[in-house]
Parts: sequence; structure tokens; C-alpha cells
Amino acid sequence: MTAQTATEALITPKGAKAGRRPSTRNKAKVQHKGAILFFTAPFIILFVLFYLVPIAIAIWQSLLVVEREGTFGEATEVFGGLTQYILVFQNEAFWTSVGRVLLFGIVQVPVMLGLALLFALLLDSPLLRGKKFFRLAFFVPYAVPGVIAAIMWGFLYSPNLSPFTVLTGNIDFLSAELVLWAIANVVTWVFVGYNMLIIYSALLAIPTDIYEAARLDGAGQMRIAWSIKIPLVRPSLVLTAILSIIGTLQLLAEPQVFRSFSSAVTSTYTPNMTIYATSAIPNVSLAAAFSVVLALATFILSFTFLRITRRKADA
Amino acid sequence: MSRVIDADTRKPRSSSAATRTPRAGGAQRESLVSRSVAMLIMVIFTLYFLIPIWWLLVASTKSRGDLFTTNPLWFSELNFWDNMVALLTYDDGIYLRWIVNSIGYAGVGALVATILAGMCGYALAKYRFRGREVLFNVVLGGVLVPATALALPLFLLFSQVQLTNTFWAVFLPSIVSPFGVYLARVFAEASVPDELLEAARLDGAGEVRTYFTVSIRLMVPALITIFLFQFVGIWNNFFLPLIMLRSEELFPVTYGLYAWNSTINQFPELRSFVLIGALLSIIPLIVTFLLLQRYWRTGLGTGALK
Repeated sequence: MTAQTATEALITPKGAKAGRRPSTRNKAKVQHKGAILFFTAPFIILFVLFYLVPIAIAIWQSLLVVEREGTFGEATEVFGGLTQYILVFQNEAFWTSVGRVLLFGIVQVPVMLGLALLFALLLDSPLLRGKKFFRLAFFVPYAVPGVIAAIMWGFLYSPNLSPFTVLTGNIDFLSAELVLWAIANVVTWVFVGYNMLIIYSALLAIPTDIYEAARLDGAGQMRIAWSIKIPLVRPSLVLTAILSIIGTLQLLAEPQVFRSFSSAVTSTYTPNMTIYATSAIPNVSLAAAFSVVLALATFILSFTFLRITRRKADA
Repeated sequence: MSRVIDADTRKPRSSSAATRTPRAGGAQRESLVSRSVAMLIMVIFTLYFLIPIWWLLVASTKSRGDLFTTNPLWFSELNFWDNMVALLTYDDGIYLRWIVNSIGYAGVGALVATILAGMCGYALAKYRFRGREVLFNVVLGGVLVPATALALPLFLLFSQVQLTNTFWAVFLPSIVSPFGVYLARVFAEASVPDELLEAARLDGAGEVRTYFTVSIRLMVPALITIFLFQFVGIWNNFFLPLIMLRSEELFPVTYGLYAWNSTINQFPELRSFVLIGALLSIIPLIVTFLLLQRYWRTGLGTGALK
């Protein structure tokens, strides 16, 4: 569907040029066709090539099955309808990995956004000195790529290198029970500052005379934060929550790195790792079907979340 | 904006009007306590955020033996220079090659992406044409597609044309930035006045020339923001190189360090290379972020508006 609309947009300026007679009416409206084409065509062509075409190929690939003539015959790909999707729904490892990232998200996203909100409110309150320093210090981890952050924390968790031997000597953060939360800590470490800044920019956009009025009415900082600031930054909270949900379902780099630190992280630990492992077999059709299902799940989850928060806001 | 204000003056006023006024003295004392609590929270978390990076800095100055035997959070014998030379010369300088690759993928990629997104967003903001809204909505849909979700589809596309395991397999997908188009449109709408374009037209300047000589200057803050976000996005994208690349000499630095780290158990000498390599690869990013903070803050603000 999206492919169609995009190509429509792609040919529109051209079409207007070609069809002379019907366009005389539009002539006054659509000016500078050449310039518009020059500005938009490069992006549109690349967007079609590297967004829409791959998605279409993935969907097509997910509908194919490999057939062999005899046991040692040549493999050919034939149309198999929804065969791969049936396999997806029967694949226990995949659904275990989906359950795992959901559990991860239910705990990690609220903790991370709660911290981000707390820091943003503190930065916005008159309680702190050295705000600029804190803002930068908290944001620095965002400049560390997920892979590097995971490598760093992997060393920090390992008992023989860590500066926190008191902790790591007694608690095995890389054990099967804890490694998921060890990874959650890495993700939190990287992204709290980023989310804090999104919320903080929203707080800065609130006109300060509202606070004056509240203060005259005797409201304290806590009261102002709870009753004025948090409701007003709600849209940013929803935005950061949706971005985090998407990020959680797509989790790949951190657990992939942790495979070298902990044997508890399997090759199918998260959905994207399952996709990667399946494509490496190679079973690209099944991997494509996993991708399509994961993309749909991501879309449905963020959309549902948006709906729920909207309804609450209206009520 | 006025609607928002109305909605919120309602709540606090009704609940707290009379009760708080007599406690003005109490509020002062309370703020001393809350001030200390606030500072304490922030200081503790500053340690949480910065200690890992401090540890990495300290660790990369140590020899392999000192790494295990000395205080992990303080320097012992400074070995930074030797470590760096060893890193840069290891395996015919493959690490430098990875850095150059990363600059190619992320630096050049983000530059091209910024130019294309800037042009397209500008056209969406400043011209009316058929399909404009459709195009914009499709672009918005593209913003919501996470990079990792596209990696496998892109792999399928590039294997159709036998281009996996090439520079182009990672570079070409990186030059498309729907978020950049969105940001450029929002920014151009607000900061490039129509009167200016009319004036340029009256002077006889062509549309394209007007863009590159006049409009683009007004859009510089947005363009820098787009560049930064795209740069970080490409630099952090791990799935795409993971699935596309097999030859070591094509790896970006993140993937290279990951590959080293995965073989540490067989080759323990790689450990110190991973540590100092990680440090060297994040310093330029941190410095860029700190220098350009004015711009990414604009970007975050704009992103949050929607």
C-alpha cells in the first residue's frame, strides 16, 4: 500500500508535465515543477529503493518455500503461501525471545523513563546548582554506541576486572537469572540522558508565568511538578515511551555482545537475534517471516500504547 | 498555547490556595532539605554515568599485567602510548582501517543524507504540488521504521544484486533519512520566509539557485541537527554491518571491536586492544556532541513537539 502511494508521489510532478491538456487548469497552482522534481526526486528514489523495495522483497520472500527434487536434488524456491508463518507460530524459541523482551520492556522502560523524568524535573527546578554540568554528564553515555557500552559493562560485570569486586564477587551478574537485568542496566545507562533531554526540552517550553500563579497560590515545588509540569510534558513522555518500546522489541547489539561474556545468552535470546541466526543458517524465508511478524508486533504495540494514552488523556 | 495554560491553572488553584500561605517559613526550610536531597541524587547518578567511562580511560593506560593487579579506578604505571602504538600496528593497522570505514559510512553517509533530506524537506515546506501530503505521510511512516527492522530486508535486496559484503551495502541505505526530511520541513516552514523567495524570483534567480545561495543558510541549524542524528544513527547501527559484511577490511569500528571481543577467550592479548580501541572510538563522538550541543537540543525539542 505504501509502495503505491510513494510511486504516486514520485510520478506526480512528472505526470503533470506530460499530460499537457488536463494540466492547464493546474498550471497556476503547480509552479516550478522542474525545481520540485530536482529537490524531491533524489530522496524519493532512494527512499523507494532502500525502504519500500526491501520491505516488499521481505514480504515476498516470506511467502516462499524451498523445494528439493529428491533428497539430493537441486533446491528451488516456490510459492508456499503462509507456510512460513505457520512455522513462525510453531517456533518456540522465537516466542520465548518475544516474551523475554516484553518482560525486559515492562521493567526497564518504566524505570528508565521514571529516572529521566525525575532528572528532567530536578534540572528544571530551582533546587540545583551546576545544572549545565549535570545535563552534560548525564547525556555523555548517549554518545557511546550500544556495542561499546555493552563491551564496557561486560568487563565491569566480570569478577576479575571489575572495580566493584565487592559486588561482582558475591553476585554473578552474568548468570542466567540476572543477565537480562544486567543488559537492562546497559540500555538504561545509555538512554536515560537522551530521554531526560527530550522531557527537559518540553519543560523549558512551558511559559514560567504558570508557575508564578501556582507559587502565589502557595504550591511547593513538588506540587508544581506533580500537578503542572508532568501533565504538560505528557506528549513527550508518550513519545519517549513509544521510542523505548520500539527499541526494546528491536534489541540486538547489547545481548549479541554479551554472548561472549555469558553463556546464558543464547543465539536466539531476542527476536532480532533469532532473525539473524535464522538468516545465517541460511533459512532466509523463515527469517523474513520472523521480520514481518516482529515489525507487525512492534507496530501494533506502539499503536495500542498510543491509543490507550490518548483515551486516558481525553477522559 | 493558551489552551494548554487554561487547562492547567485549573488544577493547582482549586486544591492548594488557602492552606499553604501561612507556611511560608516552613517552605524555606523544606527547600533546604529538598535542595540537599536533589543534589545528592544528582551526584550519585553522575558517578553512575561517568564511572564506566573513567574506568575505561584508566584501563586503557595500563599494561596487561597491571589491568588485573592494580586499582581499577586509578592509574598505575602509564602505558597509554605503548598501548596505542600496539593497537594501531596490530594486524597491519586494521583498527585505523575500521576508523576510516566508520568515517566513510557515518561521516560521508550522514553528509549526503543531510543534503538530500534538506532539499526534499525544503520542497515539502515551500512548494505546493500534487501528492505533497501523501509524500509527507509516507516519510513520517518511514520515521517510525527502526533501522534494525530494515537490516534483513536490505540484506535480501542486496543479495539479489550480489552486493552484500561491499562498502555500498552499508553506505547506500545510510544516505536515506526520513527523520531528516521531517525536521527540514518543519524548520524550513518556520524559518524561510515566502517573501524572501518572492524577492529572489523578482530578481530573476532560479529556484534551485535561490535554495543553494539563500535558503540553505537559514536552514543551517536544522541541517547540522540532521547531520548529527544521522551520524549517530549510522555509527550505532549494528545489525546492518553484522548481516551484510564478512570481510574484516570493510568493518566499521563498532563491528570490528565486537569481533575482537568475541574472540577474547582464544586471544587474551586482544583485551587491551578492545579497551583502548573502545576509548579512542568514543572520544571523537563525545567531543562532537559537546561542541554541537546547541544543535542537538534544537533537534530533540523539535522531535518532541510532534
